Amino acid sequence: MLAKVPVTRPTIKVELSARNRQTKPRKEGADRERFASSFHSNSMTADFSWIQPHPHGIYIAPADCWIDPSRAVETALVTHGHADHARGGHGTTIATPETLAIMKLRYATDDGATLALYGETITLPGQVRATYTPAGHVLGSAQILLEHAGERVVITGDYKRRSDPTCAEFAVTPCDIFITEATFGLPLFIHPPIAGEIAKITDALAAHPERSVLVGAYALGKAQRVIAELRAAGHTDPIYLHGAMERMCALYQDHGVDLGDLRLVADTEKDAMRGQIIICPPSALNDRWARRMPDPITAMASGWMRVRQRARQRNVELPLIVSDHADWTELTQTIEDVNPQETWITHGREDALLRWCELHQRKGRALAMIGREDEDE
Amino acid sequence: MERFAALIDMLVFTRSRNEKLRLIAEYLRATPDPDRGWALAALTDGLDFKAVKSTAIRNLMKDRIDPVLWSLSRDFVGDTAETASLLWPEPAGDVAPPPTVSEAVSLLSAMNRSSVTGELAQLLDRLDSSGRYALLKLATGAMRIGISTRLGKTAFAQAFDVSVEDVEEYWHALKPPYTDLFAWAADGNEPPDTENIPLFRPFMLAHPLGDTEVSMDEYAAEWKWDGIRVQLVHVTSDQGSETRLYSRSGDDISATFPELVDALQIPAVLDGELLVRGSVQGGASGGAASFNALQQRLGRKTVSKKMLAEFPAFVRLYDVMQSDGEDVRALGWEERRTRLEALMPHLPQSHFDISAIVEAGSFAELAEIRQAARDDAIEGLMLKKRDAPYSAGRKTGLWYKWKRDPLLIDCVLMYAQRGSGKRSSFYSDYTFGCWNGDPDQISDGGAELLPVGKAYSGFTDAELKKIDRYVRQHTINRFGPVRETEKTLVFEVAFDSVHESKRHKSGLAMRFPRIHRIRWDKPAHEADRIEALHALISN
Repeated sequence: MLAKVPVTRPTIKVELSARNRQTKPRKEGADRERFASSFHSNSMTADFSWIQPHPHGIYIAPADCWIDPSRAVETALVTHGHADHARGGHGTTIATPETLAIMKLRYATDDGATLALYGETITLPGQVRATYTPAGHVLGSAQILLEHAGERVVITGDYKRRSDPTCAEFAVTPCDIFITEATFGLPLFIHPPIAGEIAKITDALAAHPERSVLVGAYALGKAQRVIAELRAAGHTDPIYLHGAMERMCALYQDHGVDLGDLRLVADTEKDAMRGQIIICPPSALNDRWARRMPDPITAMASGWMRVRQRARQRNVELPLIVSDHADWTELTQTIEDVNPQETWITHGREDALLRWCELHQRKGRALAMIGREDEDE
Repeated sequence: MERFAALIDMLVFTRSRNEKLRLIAEYLRATPDPDRGWALAALTDGLDFKAVKSTAIRNLMKDRIDPVLWSLSRDFVGDTAETASLLWPEPAGDVAPPPTVSEAVSLLSAMNRSSVTGELAQLLDRLDSSGRYALLKLATGAMRIGISTRLGKTAFAQAFDVSVEDVEEYWHALKPPYTDLFAWAADGNEPPDTENIPLFRPFMLAHPLGDTEVSMDEYAAEWKWDGIRVQLVHVTSDQGSETRLYSRSGDDISATFPELVDALQIPAVLDGELLVRGSVQGGASGGAASFNALQQRLGRKTVSKKMLAEFPAFVRLYDVMQSDGEDVRALGWEERRTRLEALMPHLPQSHFDISAIVEAGSFAELAEIRQAARDDAIEGLMLKKRDAPYSAGRKTGLWYKWKRDPLLIDCVLMYAQRGSGKRSSFYSDYTFGCWNGDPDQISDGGAELLPVGKAYSGFTDAELKKIDRYVRQHTINRFGPVRETEKTLVFEVAFDSVHESKRHKSGLAMRFPRIHRIRWDKPAHEADRIEALHALISN
C-alpha cells in the first residue's frame, strides 16, 4: 500500500494573500473545524490521526501526500535539498523555489513542481493547509506547518537557530505537534560561536604560510556557509574549490549569496594554492585527490568534531565545530519556544531528547525514521 | 597543565608518527622536572591514583547531570574522561589558576575515596575543557590517544639523542617521574644502576609471516604455544636472592604463580610460555591444557591450594636472556639455544620444559606439519632466524609467527554495543549466536539462537559504518548500552579453537573469535547450528 499509487492528481491551490495572514484564535477555530469535519466522508481527523509517521516518511492521510519520503510517491512535500530528504521520481514535488532549484541540479528532477514561498499557505486536498517557514538549515530549507481540523503540526526537517549568512533564519511557529530532528540531541553537543572556528582556519594559515588548509565541508550548505563566514571575517583571497562544489556554489551565488572570488583546484597550479584555503567534500579529504594539494592541513567542518575520536576517525588535524543542525541547547530551547502539546522526533539521538522531554514533563515520541543520515556521514 | 593539555590535543589530531615524536620531544626538552617526568609516565605506562577511577568520575557527574543523559552521552563518546570534560559545567565565580602537572599529580595522589568528590571537582573547575580532558586522562591511566609506550620512549630518546635500546633497558628500573633518567639523558649523569635488580627486560616479538617463505637453513621452527608469554628473572646478590615473574607487558605477576617463583633458584633471565598441565591435551612433552584452563589462574592476587593442585602451572622455555650473570642477548639464536639446553638439567622438570624444535627439511614440509597440527594448545608455528640476536621489540625478518588457519562458522548477529577509542560511537562490539535446532522446523517449535561469542575486529572501517547503520535501523530492544538487533545478519566468524565453558548459555567459548566475512547475502536461517560448533571441540 505504500508504493506509488496512481490516483487523480490532487488539486493544489496557493493562497497568494497568505503572507501576512493572522493566525486565527486557535481554540475556537479548532472546535469549529473539528465539528465540520465530522461530516466529511473520508474523515481521519480526530487527535492527529491524520498525520501518520512511517519509517520512510510522514504521511498526510486526507491529502494523500508525503513529507520527505524516501521512495517515489505521487505528491511529496520536501523540506530541503539534502539527499536524505529530497529525491527524484515523485509525481508532484512541493518545495521552496530554492529547494526545487537544488533538486533540479542534484537529482535532475523535472517533476511537476509547485512553488511554496516562505509564509504562503498552500491548500492541499482533504482540507489540509501547508505553510512553509524558514528552518535556517541550508538555502531554501523550510519547516512545514500543516493545519487540518483545527490542529497544527510543524515538521522541522533539519534546522538550526544560529545565524547563517546563506539562508533565512529559523522562525518559531507555535503548534500542537512539533516534529523535530535530533541529529545532535545529546547534551555534550554544544556548537561554539562560528567566529572562533573560522579563526582556526585563518590562524592555521598564518602559522603555516607555506602550507594550505583543506576544509572538508558538505557540498550543499556547509561549504557555502564556511565560505560566506570566511568572507564576513575579512578573508578576501581566492578560495579554491573541489570540482564537486562548483555548481552548488554557483547556484548559491545566483540566489544572491555573495561568496567572493572562487576558483577551481583543477584550473590552478599546485604552488599557487600555498597559503590558501581549499574546500572539498568530506569524502575527498583522505582521497588520492587530496595528495595533489600543497602540504595540506586537513580540516573538517562538522558538529561531530566536538568529539575527539570522531575527528580522529576522519584523520582530521584541524577539527572545526560547525554544524547546520541545532545543538542540544537549540533543540531544547526550541521545544520550549514552540511549546507544543507533543514533540515527535524523526531521527538522530532521539533517546536523549526523549529523556529531556520526560524530565521537563513534556510528551515525546520517537518516530524511528529510516534512511536519515547523520550529518556528513 | 595547559602546556600538557595542548600537547595532548595536538597528539590526538596529529597523524604523522614523526610529527608526534617531534611534538613529544619538544615538550620534554622545554618542560622542567618533575612535570616532564609525570607527563612521560602518563604517555607511556600510565599513572595510577587509587581514588581516581572511572567510577569516581561517574559519581562526580551524577550530581551535575541526569544519569540517563550522562550514560547516553558516555555511550556515544566512548570515553568517560572526554564525556566528563565536555559536560562539566563551567564554574561560576573566581577559581584558582590552573595547576602544574606535578601539582595536579600530588593533589590526585592525596585524594581518597571520600575526599575525591570534592577535591577532584575543585581541580576540574580550575581547568578549561582541554585541560579537564588531559587531567582526567592522566588521572585514570589509559590515554588512548594513539601513543604507544614504545613511541613515548622513542620520543624521549630523540629528545636527548640517546639510544632507545638504552632507554628500554633502564626504564623498568626506574619509577615516575624518572628524574634519574632525565639526569642521565639530558644532563649526562651516570646511567641508572640495573645490576642485581630483578628487572624486566623487553621481549623480542614476532611479525606475522604473511605470504613470506623462508629457508629452513636460515630459520628454525618451534610450536607457538597457546598460553601467556612470561619472563622469569632470578638474581643473587649480597642482600640475598629474588625471583620475579613478568607478563608480556612487564607486569609483575609473581604473586599469581608462586610455584614458579619457588622453582627458579639459579641466576637467569628466561623467556617462555606459561601453561597449565593438562592430561587431555596429549601434547608432545608433558601435555599442556588449553588456554581456557589457564584462564582459571590468571588475574588472581592470591592463589588457593586447590587452584595450585587443579591447575598446576609450568613454563615451556623458548629462550635465555641472561645465564649465570652473563647477558647472552647479543649471541645468535643457535648459541642461545645451546645455552638454554645446558641450563635444563639445573631446572626442576616439574615446572620447566623446553619448547621442542620442529624439524623440517624444507618450507613445504613445514607447511604440511603445520596443516596437520590440531592440538589445542598449539596456536601455530614460530620461525626464528638462526643467527639473530635477542633484540627488544619487533624487528623485521628475525622472528615470524605463522598461525594455523582459523576455523569458520556462520553465526547470526544478536546484540551490539558501542566501541571505544578509535571505534567510539560506532556499534562495533557484536554478540552472535548459533541455532539450537533446525530453524526451518516450525512444527517442532522452531529453534532459538544461543549466543556463542563476541567479536570486535576483522572488519574494515567501511564495513563498520555499514554494520553500524544496520544496527541502528534494526534495533528491536535496548538494555542500557546494548542493542538487541533483528536476527537477520549473518557473520562468518573465524576463531582459533572452541571449548566447553560454563560462562555462556550455549556452554561453549571460542578462542580469538573475529568477523571473517559479513554475509549480507545469507539468510539467517541458513546460519550454523550449535552442533556444528560442538563438533569442532578438539579435546
